[in-house]
Amino acid sequence: MSALATWGGVTAIVLSATAGDILQASAMREIGDLGVLRRSQGLAAVVRRVATNPRFLLGMIFMTCGFFSLLITLSWADVSVVGPASASLTFVANAIAAHLLLHEHVSRRRWAAVVFVAAGVALLAM
Amino acid sequence: MSFRKYLVLGAVAVFAASGDVCLARGMRDFGAVSLANISGLLAALLNPWIILGILLLICFFATYLTALSWADLTYVLPATAISYVLMALLAQQVLHEHVSTRRWIGIALVTLGVGFVAGGPERTTREKHLKSGTEERSFAGAAGGRQ
Repeated sequence: MSALATWGGVTAIVLSATAGDILQASAMREIGDLGVLRRSQGLAAVVRRVATNPRFLLGMIFMTCGFFSLLITLSWADVSVVGPASASLTFVANAIAAHLLLHEHVSRRRWAAVVFVAAGVALLAM
Repeated sequence: MSFRKYLVLGAVAVFAASGDVCLARGMRDFGAVSLANISGLLAALLNPWIILGILLLICFFATYLTALSWADLTYVLPATAISYVLMALLAQQVLHEHVSTRRWIGIALVTLGVGFVAGGPERTTREKHLKSGTEERSFAGAAGGRQ
């Protein structure tokens, strides 16, 4: 399979994984501190709140798409390319998306952390 | 940030790494699985290592969601990336995989990144509907973390 197809696959993995992470983070922020909720309403209420949250469920759908894009891309290209490339690019894409969509304050310190972790993961997974 | 929260972040990393290592150990018993050989994948689901791995990954997901309920995504992801380091160490010790110099450099970079983010504030956004006293706390933390 061509390099273009491989990078198209990696792009699909990164975009789906990032969409899934952002939606889940947004859902959990909306629900609020799970520890506080569990102490006041019990574990069953926590599970119900999470499992019936539309954003959480949409996040799960994107994560599933990401998983299948990974499986398909792995059948075209080596895991030593697809694994590190998608894991480290997802770190960077998540930081950008969290800044733009979740309005998180991504300080220079956090950018540095994201870049170091992404580079480290790329080296580890190769 | 309280000790309990650091404990949750630590648990995310430990569950992620041990879950993946159990899956990897279990799949060794089966060899390569292809789409033409789906029955092999179903047999894998009965392997004790795979079952343990799945249980650990369910624990990972529960602790990961708990962490996201009080911390930013750009805090949780780098802070729990220490799981990649744990995974490399477990792979070396338990699965006897070779950890090359390049991987050790990767481990050092991930550790550095985790150290950078873990010392900062865990929440930098204001919530309208937070019911507990976490809003004041996270804002005090955010102000303190910004130099």
